[in-house]
Amino acid sequence: MTDLQSLDLRRRSASEDTPPSIRHQPEVAKLIDVSRCIGCKACQSACMEWNDLRPEMEEFVGAYENPHDLNPAAWTIMRFTEWEDEAGNLEWLIRKDGCMHCSDPGCLKACPSPGAIVQYANGIVDFISENCIGCGYCVKGCPFNIPRISQADHKAYKCTLCSDRVAVGQEPACAKACPTGAILFGAKEDMTAWASERIDDLRERGFDKAGLYDPPEVGGTHVMYVLHHADRPSLYAGLPDKPRISPFVQIWKSAMKPIALAGLAFTAMAGFVHWVVAGPNEVQPEDEAKAQDILKHKDRT
Amino acid sequence: MVARYTTAQRINHWITALCLILLALSGMSLFHPGLFFLTALFGGGPATRAIHPWFGTVLLLSFGILFVRFFHHNLWRREDTAWVGRIGDVISNHEENLPEIGRYNAGQKLVFWLMSLLILVLFVSGVVIWDQYFFNLTTIPAKRVAVLAHSLAAVAIIGVWIIHVYAAIWVRGTMHGMMRGSVTPGWTFRHHRKWLRELARGR
Repeated sequence: MTDLQSLDLRRRSASEDTPPSIRHQPEVAKLIDVSRCIGCKACQSACMEWNDLRPEMEEFVGAYENPHDLNPAAWTIMRFTEWEDEAGNLEWLIRKDGCMHCSDPGCLKACPSPGAIVQYANGIVDFISENCIGCGYCVKGCPFNIPRISQADHKAYKCTLCSDRVAVGQEPACAKACPTGAILFGAKEDMTAWASERIDDLRERGFDKAGLYDPPEVGGTHVMYVLHHADRPSLYAGLPDKPRISPFVQIWKSAMKPIALAGLAFTAMAGFVHWVVAGPNEVQPEDEAKAQDILKHKDRT
Repeated sequence: MVARYTTAQRINHWITALCLILLALSGMSLFHPGLFFLTALFGGGPATRAIHPWFGTVLLLSFGILFVRFFHHNLWRREDTAWVGRIGDVISNHEENLPEIGRYNAGQKLVFWLMSLLILVLFVSGVVIWDQYFFNLTTIPAKRVAVLAHSLAAVAIIGVWIIHVYAAIWVRGTMHGMMRGSVTPGWTFRHHRKWLRELARGR
């Protein structure tokens, strides 16, 4: 989902070529300050509005989430967790879930279709729908369980970080809509600096484990959270404590590809060399003669 | 001539063979970006993704019939172990040093059982990652294991297939058996003498 006017690519799925990279483009980031979020879902509405998405109406499933999970037409949702701390105080932890735009994107690594997933120089990871074949490998590659395959058109969908808006100098729709300033957008450097001030503030107010979620296991992300309990990200509706691309996906997509092709090529070559060295195994005239003996004198075994 | 395969058996074999080739081509195109161009043979990326598991389903059914037809010929016998022990003579075409063997030799039996095992692994892991219909049956961590198992088994079965095809080319007269159903008595004497004696006795 993108227009192509700003294709400054850093990476392209299933492609060996190096994209042009001499232009300087600062990395961007969206900062989600969980401690400021009031769970109003304006970001969800703005996302639907800007991207022309209309998720299907769902049944109530006993939680405040609506829809209850990400889907091809819901690229961001608020996740609500009721958590009691050690002193028995209830905290309502609200996290805006969606694509984290990893620096080392598992979806892009797993994708078999050239150019179906790209990472722009500014860090945004985007799905290019016309190249998507709907295989679902991105779902297996993602450490955050984000991409969803549509049953309508068999293509993968997720948050684009409003790459179309960012390309023309605007902030993502969710950041634009947030009434409390819990969603900020800008250069990653600036967002990190701003977050550290906010974290100092939270620590002064008793959240001594407050911190920034920018997991180094995936090279950092271009969507970052300020968490009051940064020592336990999984409190926030299962945000991974240590997100990483699964080792099964790593083996499948790195070492195995060249080793497998080389192994098969070697097997085929071994056959050819055998033909050259040992040659065909041919039936000789005496074989036919001895066979007739057996067939005629059945008793002589 | 010695009758080796019936018409039904041959058709059964070649349907399986065609499926395996189509599966290898479509599967490899989604395995390595350098082979993605092979998706063009199947009408593009989405079409390849959609049709690959159906080839697999046809192969499973076809091979299942083949398995029922042939597994009792492929049970391991004492002479098979001796045959494997003399694999050097097999490769260097010194068949006079080999024990007399029946309808299938140990190499053919290994191909049969490896194919059976790998097809089972491929089908089960394939269903786990057939997201269009079965996404909700398994978890994403299970799908990650399945996708690796599927690709490893696929590479293994293509390797077995290369050996199977080369052996059929190398041992002259073999291809005629699977194409037209018959082999010469000399071929049978040379490669499957015990089977020839059984045929002569049973006549």
